[in-house]
Amino acid sequence: MLDQADSYVTEDGRTIGGVVMEMKNITLRFGGVVAIKDISFDIREGEIRAIIGPNGAGKSSMLNVISGFYVPQEGEVLFHGKKRPQMRPYEVARQGIARTFQNIALFDGMSVLDNVMTGRLNYMTTNLFQQAFWKGRAEREENENREVVEKIIDFLEIQAIRKTPVSRLPYGLKKRVELARALAAEPKLLLLDEPMAGMNVEEKEDMSRFILDVNDEFGTTIALIEHDMGVVMDLSDRVVVMDYGKKIGDGTPDEVRNNQDVIDAYLGVSHD
Amino acid sequence: MSHTAAQTSSGSGQPLSVPALLERNAAVFADRPAYREKEFGIWQSWTWQETAEEIDALALGFLALGVSEGDFIAIIGRNRPSLYWSMVAAQSVGAIPVPIYQDSGAEEMAYVLDHCGAAYVIAGDQEQVDKVVDIRDQLENLKRVIYVDPRGLRKYDHTLLNSYADVQAQGRAGRSDLSAELAARRAKLTYDSICVMLYTSGTTGRPKGVVLSNRNVIESAKNASEFDNLTEREEVLSYLPMAWVGDFIFSLGQSYWCGFCVNCPESPDTMMTDLREIGPTYFFAPPRVFEGQLTNVMIRMEDASKLKQRMFHYFLAHAKKVGGRILDNKPVATLDRLKYALGNVLLYGPLKDTLGYGRIRVGYTAGEAIGPEIFDFYRSLGINLKQLYGQTEATVFITVQPDGEVRADTVGVPAPDVEIRIDDTGEIHYRSPGTFVEYYKNAESTASTKDAEGWVATGDAGFIEESSGHLRIIDRAKDVGKMADGAMFAPKYVENKLKFYPDILEAVVFGNGRDRCVAFINIDLTAVGNWAERNNIAYGSYQELAGHPRVLETIRGHVEAVNTSVAQDEMLSGCQIHRFVVLHKELDADDGEITRTGKVRRRIVDEKFADIIAALYDGSDEVSTRTEVTYEDGRKGTISATLTLVDAKVQSAITRAVAAE
Repeated sequence: MLDQADSYVTEDGRTIGGVVMEMKNITLRFGGVVAIKDISFDIREGEIRAIIGPNGAGKSSMLNVISGFYVPQEGEVLFHGKKRPQMRPYEVARQGIARTFQNIALFDGMSVLDNVMTGRLNYMTTNLFQQAFWKGRAEREENENREVVEKIIDFLEIQAIRKTPVSRLPYGLKKRVELARALAAEPKLLLLDEPMAGMNVEEKEDMSRFILDVNDEFGTTIALIEHDMGVVMDLSDRVVVMDYGKKIGDGTPDEVRNNQDVIDAYLGVSHD
Repeated sequence: MSHTAAQTSSGSGQPLSVPALLERNAAVFADRPAYREKEFGIWQSWTWQETAEEIDALALGFLALGVSEGDFIAIIGRNRPSLYWSMVAAQSVGAIPVPIYQDSGAEEMAYVLDHCGAAYVIAGDQEQVDKVVDIRDQLENLKRVIYVDPRGLRKYDHTLLNSYADVQAQGRAGRSDLSAELAARRAKLTYDSICVMLYTSGTTGRPKGVVLSNRNVIESAKNASEFDNLTEREEVLSYLPMAWVGDFIFSLGQSYWCGFCVNCPESPDTMMTDLREIGPTYFFAPPRVFEGQLTNVMIRMEDASKLKQRMFHYFLAHAKKVGGRILDNKPVATLDRLKYALGNVLLYGPLKDTLGYGRIRVGYTAGEAIGPEIFDFYRSLGINLKQLYGQTEATVFITVQPDGEVRADTVGVPAPDVEIRIDDTGEIHYRSPGTFVEYYKNAESTASTKDAEGWVATGDAGFIEESSGHLRIIDRAKDVGKMADGAMFAPKYVENKLKFYPDILEAVVFGNGRDRCVAFINIDLTAVGNWAERNNIAYGSYQELAGHPRVLETIRGHVEAVNTSVAQDEMLSGCQIHRFVVLHKELDADDGEITRTGKVRRRIVDEKFADIIAALYDGSDEVSTRTEVTYEDGRKGTISATLTLVDAKVQSAITRAVAAE
């Protein structure tokens, strides 16, 4: 087994570093419902880490725990080795964590460009008045941030819809815009909640390529939830499998694929 | 850059190669823009002087890599300044640029790269690099692959790869050692050196490498530029494939001759936005671009307010009446002129701006026949859209329409310095300074296409209209036949007329050696489906919609209108359609019925649907048929259908007989 701080090089030449985030015996309850039951796993720097499981397995809850949106009743989340206190969403963002949502959460009436620009909010320091007059520092600041955003627009190949209002876009493109906004925050850890849900095969292929490219080009650590097993197995370095709030498998795609519990969960063996 | 002395003709001082033109432009148009490319949302631009520096650096880099004279350098990617520079840099070191269609599959690419024995490949991005790497085993001559966009390629094995920026950096670093060699190589270029090799897309058989000399390219560019009075102030948008001769002449030949600016879109998808931002003055597009834009305008107008709609239709009707005449400088009543001027303020001007055609001085369409309505629509708005007829072997230009003599049904008069001859079978031959040197490594084809006196057979049938001296294209020569009574049979001519109706996607006309013509029709599912929706016609499948009585009625209307129009043409009035059938499936490339580029394979259609053709001729009202289809994944299945055969009214035989005399 690897040590916490060890790094290794994958077959395709990427360097996976030490543990950046660790879940220790997490239990999350909503009233009497136990959504997550005593789960532990870690995320290493530079890896693509997937959380999979059937419907209602607790995947999204898990992601919300990672993002700090839910605070588990038991267990602790260690970020860079330190226990993470309860935080407000913007504090999470400032730590370098960005996410996309299962049900797209963009500003519908705004253009793609403006939506992606909102991802830069944490990098802007000028106040409302300075921005209203848009002279000197405010102008410079916007130009600098626009440059970062334009590089992301180029990276995700959405130049053609730069000025299009988000509400006019098809679903697959909205997902890509959401990814762009998350990337605009230049996150160290990127959380993707079902990035391929509802997509056709071609859109899935595109999205997979972008996820791999993001990881490769920017070295971003990615944790993603996904339904589509095929996609997950191709993309991920390591996979956590959940079922009914419990962790039933954890390892490389190959290990997980041959795990009897996982096979049972997916083939629907009765749980009594 | 003045330390490179390329050869110019002793008398006139006219540059005799593209690198020599570059040298002239860098001196004469030093600070004028030569290239623009939109990147990261901003138009970046390069002056002629900066362009010369970029090309020099790359050419020096080629020398550092060891490129020899006569090497073939393949160039694959979308239109970008760096790839245009690669072509001129290749020419500068005595190598031959070979632009290749970026969407060609690995197999086709392997054939072309192997055929020319490309030693170097300049690839635009990862996608193209991947294709070349996949087939590298088949390419013994391949020495290096140079890529422009490094994205995704960082971790690739670089024993074969170089980045474009590195090659340029190497060139700049070695400038002092290499510039003498570069100057020497440029000085060796003459009017007869090879300028470029372009592969024809090849509807039949393997692609052929058309070798064009500096003379071909420069003379053609010069003549065409003078014909349309092009200057260094033109703006063009280059978005058509770089491997196509048209783009080579417009974006490279004419740009270097005149010194005008070439603008490259940000990505293939942003072409329409970029077009609007640039507002080109000289523009080229195949008919489908104009069709697509017109459809877009019409659809968007349906969502406009009532007042706007009325204004739109009112002024459009007026433009249709007088717009074309005003453009051609023909007499128009003063009141009509005033009304047109008002329309220009309220509608035509804003509409042209929206389309990106606000500044067009000269626009061309070619490649296929353009629908007369579409053609007239643009002309009526005051856009000087013209047609030309050309081919790779002629370095584009064979005939062009002069200003003021523009019509939808001709392709113009012979371009400057071009001679035209129609042989006994009706095939068009030409001879011009643009006539290609040869097909590379294919003496047999060269000999069968170009005779000893330099006449080239086009493979197209046509005739010169006596009244105007304009050329009219009828069809591919091999498709033209004779009907039983000896009248000329030109299926494409009729098919094109049919296809101008948005409802009709494809048409195939039969009648060679028969006493009358019949036709297969494919409906356009988008257009007809849209119509069905608006008229509350429910349908479950393509087949059901295609067989709907009201659809058949509509199509019959179209066929009869085409018959009326065909009847007016004395040579071709025999090609009127007596009966037709709306097919139960779309003709499909997967089934081999059309080529991948969408051209009908007549022989295969003939064989496959022999039963339907027989029924069309024997007078029955219906035919039951089973057709084998291939699905996209390669599985096969069959569709069975009972098709209604429809009679169409033809113009009376008397009119025909009279017309034929």
